[in-house]
Amino acid sequence: MSFPWAKHYEPKNPVMQWVDSRLPLPRFVYNAVGAGYPVPRNLNYWWNFGVLAGVALVCQLITGIVLAMHFHSSAAGAFDSVNVGIMRDVNAGWFLRFAHANGASMFFVVIYIHMFRGLYYGSYKAPREMVWLLGVVIFLLLMATAFMGYVLPWGQMSFWGAQVITGFFSAIPVVGDWVRVWLLGGYAPDDAALNRFFSLHYLLPFVIAGAVILHIWALHIPGSSNPTGVEVKGEQDTVPFHPYYTAKDGLGVVVFLILFSVLIFFAPDYLGHPDNYIPANPLSTPAHIVPEWYFWPFYAILRAFTADFILPAKLWGVLAMFGSILLLFFLPWLDKSPVRSGSYRPMYKVAFWVLVADVLVLGYCGGSPAEPLYVILSQIAAAYYFAHFLIIVPIISHLETPKPLPGSITEAVLAKTGA
Amino acid sequence: MTSLFIKSIKFLVGGGFILVLLIALAGSVWGVINEPAAETAEHAMHKHPKELKLASDGPLGKFDLRQLQRGFLVYKEVCAACHSLNLVSFRNLKDLGYTDPEVKKIAKDWAVKQPVFDEKGGTWGERDNVPSDRFPKVYYPGTGTPPDLSLITKARHDGAAYVHSLLTGYNEKPSAEALKHFPEFAKTPDGMHFNPYFANLNIAMPPPLTQDGQVQYSDGTRATVDQMSTDVAAFLVWTAEPTLQTRRTAGWAVLAFLIVLGFLTYGAYRSVWAGVKH
Repeated sequence: MSFPWAKHYEPKNPVMQWVDSRLPLPRFVYNAVGAGYPVPRNLNYWWNFGVLAGVALVCQLITGIVLAMHFHSSAAGAFDSVNVGIMRDVNAGWFLRFAHANGASMFFVVIYIHMFRGLYYGSYKAPREMVWLLGVVIFLLLMATAFMGYVLPWGQMSFWGAQVITGFFSAIPVVGDWVRVWLLGGYAPDDAALNRFFSLHYLLPFVIAGAVILHIWALHIPGSSNPTGVEVKGEQDTVPFHPYYTAKDGLGVVVFLILFSVLIFFAPDYLGHPDNYIPANPLSTPAHIVPEWYFWPFYAILRAFTADFILPAKLWGVLAMFGSILLLFFLPWLDKSPVRSGSYRPMYKVAFWVLVADVLVLGYCGGSPAEPLYVILSQIAAAYYFAHFLIIVPIISHLETPKPLPGSITEAVLAKTGA
Repeated sequence: MTSLFIKSIKFLVGGGFILVLLIALAGSVWGVINEPAAETAEHAMHKHPKELKLASDGPLGKFDLRQLQRGFLVYKEVCAACHSLNLVSFRNLKDLGYTDPEVKKIAKDWAVKQPVFDEKGGTWGERDNVPSDRFPKVYYPGTGTPPDLSLITKARHDGAAYVHSLLTGYNEKPSAEALKHFPEFAKTPDGMHFNPYFANLNIAMPPPLTQDGQVQYSDGTRATVDQMSTDVAAFLVWTAEPTLQTRRTAGWAVLAFLIVLGFLTYGAYRSVWAGVKH
């Protein structure tokens, strides 16, 4: 579906005419990210991050496929193949490895900004619920992929991270320990676990790519949302995706690549943990087991549950950690406000920024040692996190009086530019 | 009735998690009030590494090859007795400015030999190292497990500074104040040595660099303990990432390209949007 004024694909080149009449792939691309997709004219830079996530995915796929050509997935050989083979002997192997490790971080930076953009501008609301749901699916797949990828170099944090994360499953009542052994293929992470993680780490990115296609397909049914949250009313509200947003996204991509390059070439280990340069040793537990930074907020929620109340504390922690992500699936029905954009919702706007601060606090606590002060802080922050989504947002959507909305996108643009 | 339940399920779930968190919070606060965390010996005595400046620091840093050669000498004469360097090959030493014959000789003369298995006799023997060999593993029978040093500067916070501080930290004794709280540190256990830069404070490694001139430098540099430990730290920065300099050189080229590309894309963006208010 598209707006009636969307441009139609009319290939002038006879080769393209020939191809298009037999397999309309050029037409498909033209309507997806070409001049055939009309997009609101008022998108700000926060709307760059969807395309940037796509770029991050492609970077990870390319570097990952080449890295896999040089990786040995065995407990005896993995560390050596990464730290000697890839880092020292493969031509530009150091580049591939650092680009892939930091690419995961860049992917999460972009995804988190993309998600918070969706939260602020109410992009999850009707008629775009399916876009949001698929986005949450992609986020879950991304987390699983990142976790399994981190295990592959088989350093100390890889091993003990695998030990802790698969330990979640042992919190399941009755069958927990059995499930964990089944998942690991043994009593502790070893060859069996490493090999299946490698296999899945190679598979899941392609599942993500499939989910991304559905995500974009679902987006193209209603078309992109925009900072006012007012739907497109006519042709004057939109511009064709190409060249307008290809140009704007192109600029975003270059800025993204500059930051990415600074990490790869000048601070490749900054976001990593020194312990992962120590080969995995099942007999020596690191003093502090911490996941990569992008899992810190969820790790803080997990560790915030320190009291046994009906259920064991560990089970509460695991339930809450998964719950904190799964509740995003229900967000379109938790927030009943008919107004999308946070710009016109005075109460929601405050709640949104408190949530941003809250997640940053959770992240800080998750990366810190489990000392009493950090635990107390993460308990307060975790309670607020659940309160935000399950109590505050539903109540606000009834109480709040939104500011008057502009009549149309064009009206808002003209008011802003003072014409 | 059912619809009321469905409507309030979010409050029940949210309230449930919050209730459990508040119970946990009460427990944590109670714990802090009633049994404040006891100060640990590590907290009282552990020190952050001393500041160390190396030629390879910073985005423009370059290896000082003469220093790396001196550092290699310290490793060879002192550290190699117990610590292996198993991720590095002898041939890699050419990066430090050694010639092919020199590398061959270093490999051949290396004290620890390469183990070889005799397929006919079914017995293990050994042979001299050749440049394509990795530095052989060192099997250490004494107290403690000397870690492989190949990646040590990446495997510790403040890598090079940590190595330098640890090697020069044996003279620092616990303060009288700290000893009052932790009298057990007045005498280190047998076979252990106090070192405030080591995470556990007592380290099995005896002081490796004890006197000036312990290693004979041929380039005229005075081989003080501080100099030797700085040199070996610099050498271990190289072993941890021999491609460090290539990485930064490539980085500047990539950044220069991207910045030019950035101006071009910004220009393209401005010209495409020139006639459209947004």
